[in-house]
Amino acid sequence: MTTLRPARLRPGWLAAGIGAVLVALVAGVALGPVTLPPGSVAAELLNLIPGVDLPSGLNEREIAIITELRLPRVVLGLLVGAMLSLAGGCYQGVFRNPLADPYLLGVAAGAGLGATMAIAFRAGPFLPLAAFAGAGIAVVVTYLLGVAGGRDRSSATLILAGVAVSSFLAAIQTYLLQRNVDTIREVYSWLLGRLATNGWHEVTLLLPYVVVTTVVVLALRRELDVLSVGDTEAASLGLHPQRSRMILLAAASLGTAAAVAVSGLIGFVGIIVPHVVRLLAGGSYRSILPLSLLFGAAFLALADLAARTLIAPGELPIGVVTAFFGAPFFILVLRSTRRVSV
Amino acid sequence: MLAVEGVRVTLGDAEILHGVDLTVASGEWVTVIGPNGAGKSTLLRAVGGAVPSHGKIIIDGTPTSALPRRRRAQLVATVAQQPVVPPGMRVLDYVLLGRTPYIAPLGRESAQDLSIVEQVLDSLELRRFTGRELETLSGGERQRVFLARALAQGAPLLLLDEPTSALDIGHQQEVLELVDRLRKERALTVLATMHDLSVAGEYADRLVLLAEGRIAADGPPAQVLTEELLARHYRARVRVIAGEFGPIVVPVRLS
Repeated sequence: MTTLRPARLRPGWLAAGIGAVLVALVAGVALGPVTLPPGSVAAELLNLIPGVDLPSGLNEREIAIITELRLPRVVLGLLVGAMLSLAGGCYQGVFRNPLADPYLLGVAAGAGLGATMAIAFRAGPFLPLAAFAGAGIAVVVTYLLGVAGGRDRSSATLILAGVAVSSFLAAIQTYLLQRNVDTIREVYSWLLGRLATNGWHEVTLLLPYVVVTTVVVLALRRELDVLSVGDTEAASLGLHPQRSRMILLAAASLGTAAAVAVSGLIGFVGIIVPHVVRLLAGGSYRSILPLSLLFGAAFLALADLAARTLIAPGELPIGVVTAFFGAPFFILVLRSTRRVSV
Repeated sequence: MLAVEGVRVTLGDAEILHGVDLTVASGEWVTVIGPNGAGKSTLLRAVGGAVPSHGKIIIDGTPTSALPRRRRAQLVATVAQQPVVPPGMRVLDYVLLGRTPYIAPLGRESAQDLSIVEQVLDSLELRRFTGRELETLSGGERQRVFLARALAQGAPLLLLDEPTSALDIGHQQEVLELVDRLRKERALTVLATMHDLSVAGEYADRLVLLAEGRIAADGPPAQVLTEELLARHYRARVRVIAGEFGPIVVPVRLS
């Protein structure tokens, strides 16, 4: 008789995820125009923990590079990657659709319009706020339209409302761009995503949203498994499907909007990371969501490392890197497991 | 166990059930029959709480309107006509979903939940499939897994919507014998819908004939499966022959 092993987050995968984050962290901080020895970097990172004081052999300038320049950027990459992947996995579960990504309900178009307005009206410092507000408004409008459009609040009406809202906002954005051709370059660079940091400013902006979204989504991860049998059966198992779905979508959209506000539109992460995790570690959201968080964080931090070192001193748009390296890797995983599902 | 009083259900603009009264005693097996569109599935969904209804539905003495969802799910378990098969989900995890009404919103399944599921899996001879993905199972095996999830719910009232419609004749008998055995072992009350009239009569204590949203006949199989009633409500010409476990209904060509 074999013992029954229900789908849960396996310690081995959890350790692998944490390991990936640590590798990305040390590599991201160590590599750059000035290469620092990884051992020294690890020691300096540990020194940030109160009560730890290890000799790292680095001088003050090098320590400043770590704490003021590289670490904020790597941490921002980790947070943005974690948010986009977690939100993507959440969206795929809520909509029971493998093609769902965190931009499905208009977050991207709303943030894009907000950012374009901020740039076009020369209000650069307000760009994150404008992008965040645009994303938030777009999702709320999509949700209201979706609920009004379908009495059963089916996910199909919600997706269609997202398509309509996105197209409408994209039209306004294109018009604005046409009227302000001189800003195209700047808007375009924002659209492709970038992890530019100014000290710890962006990290502190994003962190509260990351905490809220992570807590809510991870707390409800078992409900996502129940939702996979459809609303009617989920209700017969004692769940409030609409309520669960609304809470999950609100949390995931909030995290996505905050991430987009500081990083621009980084594509691909939210759709590919949860799928790779699903293929490798099994189809239960109880492992997909926490592992997407960890591997998404590591993936984006490493993608950013590639973006800023490959053509140094120039910098590649991070969206180009995520797609260029992510897509072949995804195909590889897909071929070796031959199973894609939600 | 179950009392349905004056239940009306409206879907879209159409009223599907026009005031249905029905009682099912504890431990009884009642099967609802009736032509396509009579409202059989709708009646089951109303009892299961999957569609809103007017009128009274009383389970174990409590009106369902006064039951929180989780409590209701502990009392009524449903096997839908075509249950959703979540891609990639293993049999064990699927059956464990049946324990949802007992798991705290932020909690996870306890050792007791696991042992209940284990017992259900053994009882339905599903142990060897636990690690398999539900999608990869045959129709008959799947039907047993659907049943297992409902049994894991530990509810005294089991609703079966066309439990055999996807199965060949041998697997139909296998599943229905299984339901009957489990009903006796676990003192379950069964409310089912079925298309095959002879089979329905052989397994049910009582048949309810539903036609155009109203109850046209209610009684032991021999009283409901009559040539005259079936001709009137199904527009079918049939011959009814006395069988060992109930009337056998044989269609006869019209001309």
